[in-house]
Amino acid sequence: MLSFENVGMRYGVGPEVLRDISFKLAPGSFHFLTGSSGAGKTTLLKLMYLALRPTRGLVHVFDQDVSITPRTELPELRQKIGVVFQDFRLINHLTAVENVALPLRVGGARQSEIDSHVRELLSWVGLGERLDARPSTLSGGQQQRVAIARAVINRPKLLLADEPTGNVDDRIAVRLMYLFEELNKTGTTVVIATHNNALVEKFGHPVLRLDDGELTIRRKSDARGPM
Amino acid sequence: MIFKRHSDLPFERDQSTRFLPWIVALMVFLGVLMFAAALVVSDAVDTWDSTLTGRMTVQIPERVANPENTRSLAGLLQATAGVEDVRIVPDGEARALLIPWLGKEIVASGLPVPALIDIKIAPGARIDPVLLRARLAETVPDITVDDHRNWLSALITLARTAEILAFAILALIASAAIIAVIFTTRSGLAVHSAIIELLHQMGARDTYIASQFQLQALMLALRGGIAGALSATIVLLIFGWIGQGIEAAFLPKLSLSPLGWLALLLVPAGAVLIAMLTARMTVLRALARMP
Repeated sequence: MLSFENVGMRYGVGPEVLRDISFKLAPGSFHFLTGSSGAGKTTLLKLMYLALRPTRGLVHVFDQDVSITPRTELPELRQKIGVVFQDFRLINHLTAVENVALPLRVGGARQSEIDSHVRELLSWVGLGERLDARPSTLSGGQQQRVAIARAVINRPKLLLADEPTGNVDDRIAVRLMYLFEELNKTGTTVVIATHNNALVEKFGHPVLRLDDGELTIRRKSDARGPM
Repeated sequence: MIFKRHSDLPFERDQSTRFLPWIVALMVFLGVLMFAAALVVSDAVDTWDSTLTGRMTVQIPERVANPENTRSLAGLLQATAGVEDVRIVPDGEARALLIPWLGKEIVASGLPVPALIDIKIAPGARIDPVLLRARLAETVPDITVDDHRNWLSALITLARTAEILAFAILALIASAAIIAVIFTTRSGLAVHSAIIELLHQMGARDTYIASQFQLQALMLALRGGIAGALSATIVLLIFGWIGQGIEAAFLPKLSLSPLGWLALLLVPAGAVLIAMLTARMTVLRALARMP
């Protein structure tokens, strides 16, 4: 599904922000990505969702070596990846429904399909009453749920979420985690970057931990221990 | 339907596109006028060319001109190989040709006017005016044979140069339009970079994003193109109306044919096409630099 081999990443001529990162994610797996601020979590996620190319090492996404994959084939890979951004990145002039529908439109889905799926999902995340609201009129938590709905609407094979529960209360956070787990049960590989240790312990999935640009992996049994 | 708008990008809030219709309108206005000028000049040259090519004029100086001489020369010409038709120009008609240049009074005051014989040459035939003159001079000396080549070729060269200049100016106008669209599109790319990056990450192909800029360029250029073409049409109609009052025998009709009017539509259509293609190419080139 996803593998990194001795991956290093630096911006320009600066120091390496990621060093010798090697790991493999099996299809249908669920991982948390943790680490202190500035440890390189967002950079690692960007490499996973193909927004960056590594300065060294090999990255395979869906068993394709991205360094030799032609640029014209990358959109197809990206369409299989759902991303929840830390800053949501909702489009302000579009309504909640239109924002969530974007990945389907980009993928060329039919309008009837878009209409039913989007409304159903937004209702499921508790925004059934705010379908036509623009992001600027939604609270931080509501915006986050729209962002999550947009990331999962086309049932991605790989879901990457950067602090998806950062702006919601514990009840909604748990509900969102259940949504991710539901999606995981249907075969989606999930990686959740989070600072929320309570959530990590509660759900007990394996942990990819970044410290100062280096990665350690804790298996499921270790994950419930102190982080 | 969920989507009432056609674009994921908020172009309506983009200040950088506000002036593009005005720029396109100005370019189309100038372009239509230049193209019309080129068409009129081209038509005029063709008219001169077709009227005077294949014709010669024999001039018999007034002092040797008499009906007998004129008739015998006409008979000789009629018998010359390659001559299709011979017409003795009546004295009144010959004098009328001079009126625009010298005025009615001078022409009417007994001005010596040569006798003229108009020769129409058969299509494809070639007659050497020097040899013809030598043969005719055996009957009536001092005559001249004019094939109009001297002044016609200079006039045609001048007109063709003006035509080329008009098309060169059209090309410059098109280049300026392309530059304006490139800058507007680049500005749009910068303004909407966050959304473009998001669409790109979602797996939008470059053509998906480019088509949105292309559609926007189409709408803006169409608005400007229609305004520019309408303004230019009004100016041309006013010119045509003023031109109707000009009487000049030496000038061909300076007006556009119905086909010419239709051809002018090529300018706004070309401007819209150029704007669309330029926007598309600019976006595709910029997106190609993304990972």
